[in-house]
Order: sequence, then C-alpha cells, then structure tokens
Amino acid sequence: MNIKKILLYIFIGLTSILTLVPFIWMLSASFMADGKASVFPPIFFPDEFVFSQYETLFVRLSMARTFLNSLLLSFSVTVISLFFNSMAGFAFAKYRFIGKKKLFNLLLSSMIIPSQVTMLPLFLMLKSIGLINTYMAIIIPGLANIFGIFLIRQYILAIPDSLIEAAKIDGATDFQIYRKIILPLAIPILVTLAIFTFLGTWNDFLWPLIALTDDSMYTLPVALANLMGEHTKDPELMMAGSVLTIIPVIIVFLVLQKYYIKGIMMGSVKE
Amino acid sequence: MIKSAKNKFSTYSSSAAYIFLAPALSAIFVFFFIPVIAAFIISFTDFDIYALGDFSTVRWVGFSNYFKLFDDPLFWQALQNTFYFVIVTGPVSIAVSLTAALLLNSKLVKFKAIFRASYFMPVVTTLVAVAIVWRFIYHPKFGIMNYLLSLISISPIDWLGDPLWAMPAIMLMSVWKNFGYNMIIFIAGLQNIPEDLYEAADIEGASAWNQFRFITLPMLAPTTVFVSIITMIGYFQLFAEPYIMTQGGPLNKTLSIVQYMYQEGFRWWNMGYSAAIAFVLFFIIFVGTLIQFKLQKSDNT
Amino acid sequence: MKHFKHIAAVILFLCIFLSPSCSKENEGDKIIKFWAMGTEAEYVAKLVPEFEKQNPGIKIKVQQIPWTAAQEKLITAFASDNTPDACQLGNTWVPQFAYLNGIVSLDKFISSSPIIKKENYFNGIWDTNVIDSLVYGIPWYVDTRILFYRSDIFKRAGYDNPPKTWAELYDLSKKIKSLFQNKDKYAIYLPTNEWAPFVIFGLQAGANILKDNSSRGNFSSEEFKTAFEFLIRFHKEKLAPLGISQVTNVYQAFADEYFSMYISGPWNINEFKKWMINDLADKWKTSPLPSKGNNYPGVSLAGGASLVIFKNSKHKNETWKFIEYLSKSSTQIKFFNLVNNLPAVKEAWGDSSISKDVYMKAFYQQFENVAATPKIPEWEQIAFSKIQQYAELAARGVISSDEALKNLDKDVDIILEKRRWLIGKEK
Repeated sequence: MNIKKILLYIFIGLTSILTLVPFIWMLSASFMADGKASVFPPIFFPDEFVFSQYETLFVRLSMARTFLNSLLLSFSVTVISLFFNSMAGFAFAKYRFIGKKKLFNLLLSSMIIPSQVTMLPLFLMLKSIGLINTYMAIIIPGLANIFGIFLIRQYILAIPDSLIEAAKIDGATDFQIYRKIILPLAIPILVTLAIFTFLGTWNDFLWPLIALTDDSMYTLPVALANLMGEHTKDPELMMAGSVLTIIPVIIVFLVLQKYYIKGIMMGSVKE
Repeated sequence: MIKSAKNKFSTYSSSAAYIFLAPALSAIFVFFFIPVIAAFIISFTDFDIYALGDFSTVRWVGFSNYFKLFDDPLFWQALQNTFYFVIVTGPVSIAVSLTAALLLNSKLVKFKAIFRASYFMPVVTTLVAVAIVWRFIYHPKFGIMNYLLSLISISPIDWLGDPLWAMPAIMLMSVWKNFGYNMIIFIAGLQNIPEDLYEAADIEGASAWNQFRFITLPMLAPTTVFVSIITMIGYFQLFAEPYIMTQGGPLNKTLSIVQYMYQEGFRWWNMGYSAAIAFVLFFIIFVGTLIQFKLQKSDNT
Repeated sequence: MKHFKHIAAVILFLCIFLSPSCSKENEGDKIIKFWAMGTEAEYVAKLVPEFEKQNPGIKIKVQQIPWTAAQEKLITAFASDNTPDACQLGNTWVPQFAYLNGIVSLDKFISSSPIIKKENYFNGIWDTNVIDSLVYGIPWYVDTRILFYRSDIFKRAGYDNPPKTWAELYDLSKKIKSLFQNKDKYAIYLPTNEWAPFVIFGLQAGANILKDNSSRGNFSSEEFKTAFEFLIRFHKEKLAPLGISQVTNVYQAFADEYFSMYISGPWNINEFKKWMINDLADKWKTSPLPSKGNNYPGVSLAGGASLVIFKNSKHKNETWKFIEYLSKSSTQIKFFNLVNNLPAVKEAWGDSSISKDVYMKAFYQQFENVAATPKIPEWEQIAFSKIQQYAELAARGVISSDEALKNLDKDVDIILEKRRWLIGKEK
C-alpha cells in the first residue's frame, strides 16, 4: 500500500515538473545573454543573470505600450461583456417571453460556428466604418458572448424566484432587481466569467493580428509573433517576451483559480 | 450541481426582458450573425485584391470557389493535416486528461491543489508565447527534446524541419497545452459518481480495473461526449501553433485549414476563396458534432 | 447601487478613453507618417531630426513593421484606409500598390525636382518603379543578390577565385562537400523558403518567367527547367541542406562552416561582420553571381526599396520633401554608414566609406546586370507561395522537377485568371 502511494507521488510529481519544464526554461533563458541559450546540452540556469533582454524589450521595442494595450483591451472587453452578458443571462433565466426557447437554442447551436467564418466580413464591415486599427476593432467582437450568456443563465436559474417576487412586491423595478438582487448574488459566476473573458482576450491572436495594423496598437501576442519574425535568431529575447506575456495570466490564474476551475466545471454541466 | 428552478417564474413584463436582451443580442446579431451570412455570400464571389482597389471587378462566380477547392491539392493537404491532427490529438489528449483526473481524484494523493495548478498552467498561458518556447524546445541542435532523447541515446530529430515529425511535434505540444482543461471537466464528472457504487463493488471484490471499466467509464460517458465535442471543435481550428512554429511547413505538412484560410484571405486577399474554406470548415465541424451526438444517443439506448 | 455606479463610471471612462484620440502634437505641425521595415526603421529614425530641423513645421513619425508580415500589414492598412503618408516599399511590391490605386505617380514631382533625376540612378533599378510608363517609386536603397563565400574553404577546395560559371559553382560545391567527411556540412545554403535564387537562375538561363502579357506561367519552358533542375541537384546531392529549421541563425551557421556559400543580399553584411570575428574576420568575401555561359557576371535581381507616397496622404508636398531629403547624396551616405543599405544614388558610391569597402565592389559590378521580376500584383503570391512550395517539393524529391514545374504553371494560371479577365475586359 505504501509503495503504491510513493510510486503515485513520484509519478504525479515527475509529470507535474515535466509539465512545467517549458516555463522553467523560458524563465531562465530570458535572463541569459545573447547566444547563451543556444548551447548543447541545454542549461536550465543562466551562469550569469542579465536583464538585457528585458531592457531591449522595454527600451528598444517599447513593449510597455504593448503591455498596456493588452491590459486595457482585456479589461474593457471584460467589463463591457460582463454587463451585456449578465443582462441577457438574467432575461433568459427569469423572464417568459415569446420565442425564448427558440432564441436560446439558436444561440446555443450557433456556438459551433467557428469564429474564423466571421472574420473576413467583420474585417470589411469594421473597415467600412473606419474602425480597423482602433481599440474598438478588438472590443466590438467581444461585446457579448454566447457562452457567457449561457453560463450566467445557468447560475441565475438557481436563484430562487421568491427573492425576486419579494422585491417586486416592495415596488422594485426590473432594473433595480437586476442590479440589487441578481448581480450581487451572481458575483461568483461574474468573477468566473471575468477571468474567462480576460484571459481569452489577453491570449487572442488571430483577430488582433488581422485588425490591428499600427505597432502602437499591438497586443502582446501580436507583438510577440512579429518579434518572432524579426528576431528568430535571438531566442533569449523571445523568451523574455514570452515571460512578459504570460506572467499576468499566470498571476490571474493563481489568484483566482478557484473561480476559474468552477467555471469550467459549470460550463460542462448540461441541462 | 446547479439545478434549474423548475417552478414557474413570475410573469414580469416581457418588455423588460427585451430591454435586457437588446444590447447583447444586437451585438451578437450585428457582429456575428450578419458576418456569417455575409461570409456565405462572399464565398460565391471572387472578391480579391483587385476588388479592394476597385469594387466593380467583383464577379459572382456561383459555386466555383467550392469546385476550385476540390481541385486544390493544397486544400486537400490542409484538410488531411487537420484531420490527422484532430484524430490523433483528440483521443490522446482526452486519455491524458482522464489519467490526470483519475490521479488527482485518488484519495491517496494530498496537495492536490499544487499538482492541479501545475497540470493546468499550460491551459491559461498564451498560445503564441508557449509556441515560441516550444519552437526552441524542438530545436534540432540546442533543444531540450533532443537532449532528453540523447540521454536514452536516440539520435537527434529535426522535429519541426522533418515532414514526418513536424505534425507529431505540434500534436505533442497541443496535448501539453490543452489536457488540463479537460482534466478539470473529468474531475467534475468523477466527483458526481456516487460513492456507494464503488463501495458496493468493493464488497463484491471487483478489481480496481473492473471498477474503472464498469463503473467509472460508463458513468463518465456524458462527460466524455461533452469533452470530445469541445475538444474536436477546438482542434479543428488549429492555427497559432503552426503559424508560429512551422508556418505550415515543411512541405505543407502542418498547414491547417484555418491557416490556409488566413493565408488565402489575409495574405493574398483572395477573400471569396477564403470564405469558401471557412464554410467547408464549418460544415466539417457541424457534421463532426452531429456524429458525436448520434454516437451518444445510440450508446444510451 | 454603489456597484452599479462604479461599473457605469468605468464604462464611461472606457468609452472616452477608447474613442479615437486626437494627437497631442502641435496644432500647426504637419505629421508625416512613414513606415519602414525591420532595422531600417530604427536607423532612419536617426536621420529624421536633421530633416525636422531644416523643415520646421513638419514632423516625421517612423513606424517599424517587420519584414515577415509587411505584405499583410500593408495591404490590411490599404484595405482599411490606414495607410501612412509614405512608406518604404520593396520594389517588387510597387506594382501591387500601383494597380490597387494605393500610391500616386510621382512624375509631376520629379519633373520639378532639383534633387531627384532619373540619370542619378542605376537603370535596372529605376525601371522597377516604372509601371505603364509612370514612375511610382523613388529608389531609396538598392540591393541585389550576390555570392557570400568562405574564402578559406574555397582555398582548401582548390579555388583561389569565386566561381564564374554554373559549371564551376557545381564543381566547387562537390569539392567542398568532399572536403568535409562529416556529413552535416554543406557547400551552399539554398533554402527553399527563398524564391529568389530560383528566379535568378531562371533569368540567367534566359527564361521568361511569365508569358502572354504576364497572364500565364511559363515555368515549364526549357530555359527555366534547366535552371530549376540545376539548383534542385544541389539539394538532391546533399550539397545544400534540405530543411530550413536547422539554420536558426544563418550567420552562426556560416561561421561554423555549416555551409560555405550563400546567395543573398547586402542586408546581411553587418550581421556577417558581427559573427565573423577574430581569425574569421578575413575569411569571407563577396562576388557577383556566376553566369550560365561565359558572360560573367550573371544577371541578378533588381532589388531594394523604393519610397512611395500613398494616395490618402494629406501632405503629399511635405512627404515629397522628406523623400528628397532621403535621396540626397549626403543623406544616402549617412544611411549607408548607419545600416549598410546600398545607396540608390550613384553619386554616393564615390564616397570613400563605400568605395573602400571590400564587400561593396561585388555589388557595384552586379548592379551592371540586374533585372526586374514581373510587374504584376500577383507576383508576390506566385513567388512566396507557389515557387517556394514547388521548389521544396522538388528539392525533397517528392515529385520530379518536370511535375513540379507543370503544377507550378497550372497553379500560376489559376492565380492569374482574374488578370486575364481584366485584360480581356480592357480590350
């Protein structure tokens, strides 16, 4: 029994470390001087810590701006879409209206349409109203999200109707009910969805790659991919860029992982 | 976990409902449904680089973009690559997810949170960033992968440069990147299996393997179907990995459908053709999902 | 209640913040947006202050776009009306933007310019900017592909001089290969993700790349086939490495003797200098390309970058001033000293900083014999996607050269269908 347990721990421990190896290597290589990561056998700790890669990123490649772009865009998409999604989720959970079931099913089934289908026309559309290469080009497609509406609806369904009834009797308007009763009670799911949206926007690559043309507008993944084109020969610099890109998401994840994981579990519970 | 409140809800004015729905639904309608329809229309035209300069050069070409696709070896290559990727990576990553979930669900293990977090870490991280790292991991001379192989005296492989190995290299990275997500869903599924089933099996002296086969797997079936559908949908949209790591090469052996669509649409501006590719992708995903639903239904009855 | 106010405030804030913000520069200043590529952007920025001093009221904003994504970025910008005022355009791209009506003809500026005159430039280079007898770009710097080689290895292989003919090139490669018993060393680097050598050798063999008013592929022609097969032979006989991923760093590989020859352009000189140091410093040289017959040097591509003005520019006259500034012989010399981009203006070549450089002579010789690639908008797609695709297939022996070229023609004909239709319509 004990041997079994030890073996189990060894296995889990080893695979966990193996999973983390790319991150460890990324981190250590980012502190190496030019050319130091291109050695055989690979070394996992720099013999000399240098910050020159990060310096290059910030000073020469103005990554601070890129970082802020990513932060600002992810944040705004998160806030706006939470607002939109929660209202729609509330309506789907607690109201009766004509065509509700059909509408909801239509939305759900359209989730299998790959977003790439919409990219060309969306590009042409935003182009015609002059929004390509603006922050709005990133925000607009993220305004509302079917999965988010679904997630919030699931959660709000569980809120007892009696609470709403009581408020109604006290003379609360629909909007007051939404913001005074539903929103506070739905905070856990809102946090979850906020993480999803934030990470999703932060990590998104294809659409920002298409919709942003100015380097001053780039988000981190796009800037990183560009850097990859220009600096293939500088692995250490690329590693530093990668570290910079993933540090915020790792922090968000580690701090809020409880909510995140709950969200994944909830998204998988079908009605 | 969350049960829907089945009791009839109150009869508030439905006009309020429409107001609540309006922002989200109009956004979805204008920026999702209209583009889908527009893409469909564009796929029947030869909208291209000349059309960007002078719209009057756009021609209605009927199904010819779709016919052209059938005749396009590069499209077939992309299709083949993508299927290869989905068919291998899908089951492998689901198996890895399930194994990890079983490990973490085991009562013998403590410090679950730490292990779970490290398994899960790749999921949250930016694909572009990790693809860059993996590109160097696969470096034929200085990469970790060949170093590990050299420890068991396997001669170096040019992972991303060899047409035979490039796709498996991308598959391995994708499994690493994604298994944590499904692992969580499986853990949720495992926790929903009533404990007394196992207790009863224990009393009857069923082996661990038999318990897994006759209790865990069947009870997990709905979860597995869900997981395989979302995994398949996601994997069919393979893009950033080959874009960063191989640009579709060598010999176009890692060119994916989405990447081909991107190239045709946003590199060469053959937008009509590109839209047709997008719809073929949609069709494939649609059929794939239908098949999995059917399989689930026939399993249940 | 409070929560809601917060959220509303945040949204309001975001709306304000995200609305197209007005620039903070002086009201009176005219801002010229100039896009440059890769390292050029970093260096051209150093030339800007002097121009701004000479021309108060004009501010130049330089943006860097990476070479690898430049094509996509530029057309996206064009398609979304986000083009800059001026841009550095690879001269094979000039036709594309001219046909798209994205850039303007510069003839009326040139006719009254004291600085920019046709006779100041290399003929073959100037010609790349002329489409339907209108000039759309001013050559900024020129490049062409020549041979970079390891003179020490050449010597060991018994060659005191670089190869002058195809036959010599092949013979030399064989000798270098046998010099290294170690299998993992090669004579020449001919990556299949670079289309240029294939086109250059085709031109040297006398091929017309496209036919019928550039509306059909002509790769199956005897001439092109000879050239194509000649190059593919280097891959087949392991004289050139097959994959491209082993060489993450061309310069390092060159220093490591991984290969001894590389057909490439002047943008590599600085990098080679950086990597070929200490006792390697004098072990590399440049020479014009060999020719098929005895008419050394063989033809190479008329490359380089041109300066263009976009149609949407609101400050065309100011932009032209900046282009004139960049085209002055003195600015050209400065730019050369910053980044080693070869001056387009011939006068600048007389400057000692260039005439004394041992690596430059080969370029000057080569510029006597350069030719343009077909001037059609589809050329980029043909070159980057199709030629490279089939070169790789043939190099790896997946299909025969015959088959590769036949398929190449077929694909190119499909790409050019629209062009044939447009030509027919015009008639």
